[in-house]
Amino acid sequence: MKQFLTFVKKEFHHIFRDHRTMLILIGMPIVEIILFGFAITTEVKDSKVAILDPSHDVATRHIIDEINANKYFNVVGYVHNSHDIQRVFKKGEASMVVVFEDRFYETLLHTGKAQIQVIADATDPNTATTITYYVNRIISNYQQTLMEKNKAPYQITPNIKLLFNPEMKGAYNFVPGVLGMILMLICAMMTSIAIVREKETGTMEILLVSPIKPIMIILAKMVPYFVISCFNLATVLLLSVYVLGVPVAGSLTGLILVSLLFIVVSLSLGLLVSTLTNTQLAAMLVSGMVFLLPVILLSGMIFPIENMPMWMQRLSDIIPAKWYIQAVKALMIEGLGIMNILKEVGILSLMTLVFTGISLKKFNVRLD
Amino acid sequence: MENLQHNETITQPKKVIEVNQLVKRFGHFTAVDHLSFEVEKGEIFGFLGANGAGKTTAMRMLCGLSKPTEGKGKVAGFDIEHQSEQVKKNIGYMSQKFSLYNDLKVWENIRLFAGIYGMNDNDIKEKTALLLEQLHFEKERNVLVKSLPLGMKQKLAFSVAIFHTPEVVFLDEPTGGVDPTTRRQFWELIYEAAEKGITVFVTTHYMDEAEYCNRVSIMVDGRIEALDSPHNLKTAFEAQNMDEVFQQLARKATRKAD
Repeated sequence: MKQFLTFVKKEFHHIFRDHRTMLILIGMPIVEIILFGFAITTEVKDSKVAILDPSHDVATRHIIDEINANKYFNVVGYVHNSHDIQRVFKKGEASMVVVFEDRFYETLLHTGKAQIQVIADATDPNTATTITYYVNRIISNYQQTLMEKNKAPYQITPNIKLLFNPEMKGAYNFVPGVLGMILMLICAMMTSIAIVREKETGTMEILLVSPIKPIMIILAKMVPYFVISCFNLATVLLLSVYVLGVPVAGSLTGLILVSLLFIVVSLSLGLLVSTLTNTQLAAMLVSGMVFLLPVILLSGMIFPIENMPMWMQRLSDIIPAKWYIQAVKALMIEGLGIMNILKEVGILSLMTLVFTGISLKKFNVRLD
Repeated sequence: MENLQHNETITQPKKVIEVNQLVKRFGHFTAVDHLSFEVEKGEIFGFLGANGAGKTTAMRMLCGLSKPTEGKGKVAGFDIEHQSEQVKKNIGYMSQKFSLYNDLKVWENIRLFAGIYGMNDNDIKEKTALLLEQLHFEKERNVLVKSLPLGMKQKLAFSVAIFHTPEVVFLDEPTGGVDPTTRRQFWELIYEAAEKGITVFVTTHYMDEAEYCNRVSIMVDGRIEALDSPHNLKTAFEAQNMDEVFQQLARKATRKAD
């Protein structure tokens, strides 16, 4: 045990004395969360709006003027039929179209109810939410003034339609994605590099000749990265809750437990890479190309898995990060409890066993 | 082959390494071909051979890193095949690659390896102070190893390898890339260790270093072709120096260097 602790201390020295790596390990999660967060929630200005207004009456003109006067909007033109709406979006001439019904003011006065359809391009979900919200405000303001003037209840219902991304995927989704990516990067890549570095410098040989057990060498290497990953997990969660306002809707305990499990999966993957490669460069390339890229592309972090062709969906099944991100989404965003992620937990546990099994076998073979 | 049976001493001193008909095959390739020799306590044993002659493979088996295909071997009294854990506790090892941690301080390196070999804290403290004094490294105690000159590093690496007073220390081309003066100083350390009773098993490519050994074995194509004191070898091969002895033997090699 004392032997083991001496060894863990040595591993911490390696990490803490390498200031550049240290900076990356601690700084990267913060930078990434902030970058992703604020790149998506930038202030919306001068959004281009097109209008479909068959009524041309007092009410519609008033609302259109209000929209145009708002600093966030810029009315760029009128369309004349629903066919044009598609064209406007496809050509990117507008990011929102406001559609009034026929005889808007008349209907409103007679029935007390009228409808406005707000169609927004939701490829960038945050912008879409923001601008539809602003339009909503403008409409309800108008409704308010109308009611005060005429002393009668009027109800204008804005009917919001989001094109291209109706489920608003991506808004909060990057947080689970970034979590998955960072943990994978730190655990898998850094661990594999740390082990391979000892092979490269020749110190591994000395350790193998010494009485210390290989399993001890490996465990001691993993401890610091485990600690750093836990630290990063805390940073990312705190930043996303307090800076980005992404709530943890479901079970926090569940979230932490599944994250710890994912850290262990990634550590075992890193170990696997280290047994397959002999140079730091190779270890980095393997972790980068074989793990990181698929994590970004196939885990559902950026591109929704449901939209992929079948064979790609099957391929994404073997990526641990997919299951982790799925579980985190369930817990963090959909507000579900631990009982709902048992499948993901099971798959991740199985993966850990398989990876550790293969790498321990490989490690022993290499010794002889 | 008569050299193999050579027995220099009549009294039987303690045998620290005993190897009998040791074979290592990788598929059809026989890397080590029926190796037999003995090394006595406190002896400096030179293990020579061209690249690819099988030196490293033989050494790995002796260190318990690799299991022999056939044959028996004992190091420090323990069977290399079945008691490799015990073997590992009783040997020291220094490789041609630099074998300390560059990003650890001098004392941290000593502390780490001493800890791995199970020494207790008090012993480590006392011996560290003594060692640093002997090497005149007191000022460098808190210096990161990477900022030491190569010669100093090699000396430190050797001192660390014998810090736990092993029965045998295996040195795999320890003086590669070191200047002649430092090499001399390094060999002084080897002599000191041998005087303390630590057996030194050393491979080298420098033939002048072979002259410093008590006995030298020369491997060609996985077999030991000659084994004797440098003086006897030079007489037997009618050679001026060890380099000529080595050249005569190495010329017979049919295997290509790897």
